Amino acid sequence: MTDLVVTKRAAPLAQSEPTGAAFAPVSPVDIEARGVTKHFGKTKVFSDVSFRLARGEAVALVGANGTGKSTLLRCLMGLIPVTGGNVHLLGQQTDTSGAAALRQLRAKAGLVSQKHNLVPRLSVLSNVVHGLLGKHPGMRHWSHTLAPQSSPAAALHALERVGLGEFAGRRADRLSGGQSQRVAIARAIVGAPKVLFADEPCASLDPAAGEDVMDLFFRLVRDEGVTVVFTSHNVAHALRYGDRVLGLAQGRMQLDATAASLSAEDLRGLYD
Amino acid sequence: MTDAALKRFERPSALAFLGYILGVSIIFWCLAGAGFSLEKVASAPPRFADFASRAFPPNLEPDVLVRLGWKMVETLQIAVAGAVIGVILSVPVALVAARGLIAAPWANQIVRTTLGFIRAVPDIAWALVFVVAVGLGPFAGMLAIVIDTIGFCGRFFADDMEATERGPAESLTATGARKIDVVACATIPAALPAFISTSLYALEKAMRSSTILGLVGAGGIGIELKVGFDLFDYPTAMTVILMIAVVVIGIEQLSGWTRTKIIGEQR
Repeated sequence: MTDLVVTKRAAPLAQSEPTGAAFAPVSPVDIEARGVTKHFGKTKVFSDVSFRLARGEAVALVGANGTGKSTLLRCLMGLIPVTGGNVHLLGQQTDTSGAAALRQLRAKAGLVSQKHNLVPRLSVLSNVVHGLLGKHPGMRHWSHTLAPQSSPAAALHALERVGLGEFAGRRADRLSGGQSQRVAIARAIVGAPKVLFADEPCASLDPAAGEDVMDLFFRLVRDEGVTVVFTSHNVAHALRYGDRVLGLAQGRMQLDATAASLSAEDLRGLYD
Repeated sequence: MTDAALKRFERPSALAFLGYILGVSIIFWCLAGAGFSLEKVASAPPRFADFASRAFPPNLEPDVLVRLGWKMVETLQIAVAGAVIGVILSVPVALVAARGLIAAPWANQIVRTTLGFIRAVPDIAWALVFVVAVGLGPFAGMLAIVIDTIGFCGRFFADDMEATERGPAESLTATGARKIDVVACATIPAALPAFISTSLYALEKAMRSSTILGLVGAGGIGIELKVGFDLFDYPTAMTVILMIAVVVIGIEQLSGWTRTKIIGEQR
């Protein structure tokens, strides 16, 4: 696996020079990790992870179970603190930002999780309206019935984009797994985020539904020029939907290469 | 026979044997402290039969039934008003008591300790306190029910919110939502079935409590029970007991039916 990394990495990762030089972005940098290290107590998850993601890039984060992909995503969003190094999201350093500034920053981002994470007892429309809480905090957005007309309208538009406009009034727990994940995507895109994080968005779905969800997700976000970081165990997805592939293994970033330069066999090396 | 099977028949160690002796001794010590007497147990059935013969038939005179009926209504009013206000006040209290939601750990601990203190004091003692504070009558009883309900629901609402799945809350946090918005839109809706169930138990508990608060002058039908026994008017006392049993069982049935209708169908 280490051989793979050396041959495929466009340029060696150095702490002083984050990310591969071949991918040095010409567009603005939306996400930058500088020597990010994360420990939970005495358990080291990963160390010295560095990369830069340019605006509009789609990056697949791959690696075996327990290598810290999901943890890295949460560090990038400032949902959990880093142990060392720092993260810049949309030009702002997350670990030094105050709570209010971090919230404003997150309002420009979105997250689609492995599990849809909808609130089961609420309507589909309310769940999507809640995606606007970062931009419009307060009681009026606690329910679609209280929210100003523009918010349910935006939520309905997002639902129509994921093909579920007619399900707006249905309870979220009455949907299938694939439909629920589509609603989660609608919730993530309703606020027109600049950056989207997706943590194995189709892992809990059957293969056909998973393909549908991934196709839909990337069709929606690529057209808008949104920067995407997604984790996946599906090697084909990583190569098909990612412009770039980052690989975590043995607590380090072991791979940083363009998807075009990699084969499925190359990525499987990360799981050995 | 295997070694494991043989081990089951091994003699207890000396220390374990001493432990058994100590355990049994404590039980006997408690029985002695409680005035346990086989002689009294043996003599109780004839006395109970004597009470029953004097209490039956219960007093069903119309004017007595009307008077007791209104007292029962007052008892219900104390229970419902106290439980509803208690449940409403429990929500903000529980939000501060729940770990990892909106308040700092020290605030969680202070509120949880206070709730523990409230639960440790029996409702009849709270009624005595409020009789002193606001005077005799149903208002003191209602306040006792309110404080008792906060102690009960505040703790369980907090536990219910802590036990909810964190995923929806994380997804909303990731959109930049404030903690209070996350709690309102993800945590509370997820905990709502448990809230409803706990609230219905609180109502049942309030109903049972409110029937005895009258013993200390805090309103409700309890005072009629006390007067009935004090005046050896056992038929009226029996009527009160039967009314309490019917209403409490009725409330429990209604509560169970409501719980099934609301939670059973929506889960």
